Amino acid sequence: MLRACDPRVSAIRADFPILAQSTSRGKRLVYLDSAATSQKPLAVIEALDTYYREYNANIHRGVYEIAARATEAYENARALVARFVNGAPNELVFTRNATEAINLVAYAWGSANVHAGDAILLTEMEHHSNLVPWQLLAQRAGAMLRFIPVDDAGSLVLDDLDRLLDGCKLLSIAHVGNTLGTIAPLEIIIPRARAAGALVVVDGAQAAPHLPVDVVALDCDFYAFSAHKMLGPTGVGALYGRRAILEAMPPFLSGGDMIRTVEYRHTTFNEPPWKFEAGTGNIAGAIGFGAAIEYLQGTGMAWLREHEKRITRYALERLAPLERLGLKVYGPRDPERTGGVLSFNLADVHAHDVASILDTDGVCIRAGHHCTMPLMERMGWEATARASFYLYNDDDDVDALVASLEKAARIFKL
Amino acid sequence: MDDFYRDYILEHYRNPHHFGHLEAPTVTAEDLNPLCGDRIRMDLLVDRNGTVQDVRFSGKGCAISQASASMLTDSVVGMKLEDVAKLSKDAVLENVGIGISPTRMKCAMLGLRVLKSAAIGSLAAWPDEE
Repeated sequence: MLRACDPRVSAIRADFPILAQSTSRGKRLVYLDSAATSQKPLAVIEALDTYYREYNANIHRGVYEIAARATEAYENARALVARFVNGAPNELVFTRNATEAINLVAYAWGSANVHAGDAILLTEMEHHSNLVPWQLLAQRAGAMLRFIPVDDAGSLVLDDLDRLLDGCKLLSIAHVGNTLGTIAPLEIIIPRARAAGALVVVDGAQAAPHLPVDVVALDCDFYAFSAHKMLGPTGVGALYGRRAILEAMPPFLSGGDMIRTVEYRHTTFNEPPWKFEAGTGNIAGAIGFGAAIEYLQGTGMAWLREHEKRITRYALERLAPLERLGLKVYGPRDPERTGGVLSFNLADVHAHDVASILDTDGVCIRAGHHCTMPLMERMGWEATARASFYLYNDDDDVDALVASLEKAARIFKL
Repeated sequence: MDDFYRDYILEHYRNPHHFGHLEAPTVTAEDLNPLCGDRIRMDLLVDRNGTVQDVRFSGKGCAISQASASMLTDSVVGMKLEDVAKLSKDAVLENVGIGISPTRMKCAMLGLRVLKSAAIGSLAAWPDEE
């Protein structure tokens, strides 16, 4: 078995103050819930702190020095985030999170372009954030929802893709599924969606933190992601949108900053991306997002991806012997086809009990339906436990997970 | 928290008491914990004097929610509805013992919540005949 100790990971861990902490029981903090939210490096924490301490001011208005500095930092962050996914700065809208980014498309583009009888194509593995906004749009517009099926191993079934795409106005799909970690074969799906004339929205919340993303190569129209899952602060996310579509699209939220001129009965709007950023945004958060992007670029997304594949492979090997105790690992179980997520159940022990026992050993995992209730229903699972990896996880974390699962098996007399 | 999973808790989890449905319950209540999906239903058979004659519970969820509900059903038979409606958290904590972490308290209290809402609903629907 390949147990590795990469000195780079030790150096990375030292950048994350929270990982040096012990739990109240004196255990090492084993953080395996980055798919819920990632930990933050010192560089991000300091970027927030510096903004508030040294140049806290509103953006795009003030003429004084710190206001200019805040505006520059905010727009610089936009450029960093845009280039991270190979978009242009004027194609990158700051939102609260990936959920708001998807809602923006559903309201602004959807309300103007989706009509009665149109179809919207999703998959059976979507997070609620990429399902509920489309349900509401379908209800408003009288449109119908269709779903690309998922097989029992958690892979998308593309046999009927062209039929499903027929008459579709829009495809919205997770790049990486949050429950099983399945990487969607976008290189197959998107060209066929475009050939069918459908707008392509990608939910990148679980992908942008873990894979190199290139919106030009993907040829998608929108790409939504959240800062907090990729080392940045909570409360800020991003929507990449193809320039021409952003220009033609009506605004979503309205008010200050998104306008050019306002009269009592008429308003002309600012250009994208500002047209879609009404009111004072999360300035500190955006600046922190930029710092997170710089950290990820410094680490290198190619290295990060290889690291996660290696640690997933190690975890799968270490977990295999527990199968005789009733451990079931779900999903593709192939590091090449997953994004650092392992979903599992331990015999008849409920996922919440597994998570509670692991918690006593300082091992943080997620348990439940992972905001994919329809997928759980489709798979016949009440709940699953989910461990997810990121750049700061090492083999010690996997060993702690396995040891704690063995303990849970002992407690439950498996 | 690991001390919580004592043998009798696991025994109730794997072999719950009064599990299933009543054929003709006087009152039924059901609730779930949307955070984790734990789900419990309680059927009560209540006589004319307002005394619980029989009970069944059904549901899915973690050992804490299912064992807590199972243990509650043991104490509820023979109780007056108004006393069931007044049951406090302590009734559950006495059953399951200490050691439940705050995050799991909702799991432990789900059965109690369902039982009390059944009792309160029944009291409202069956006003005092006097």
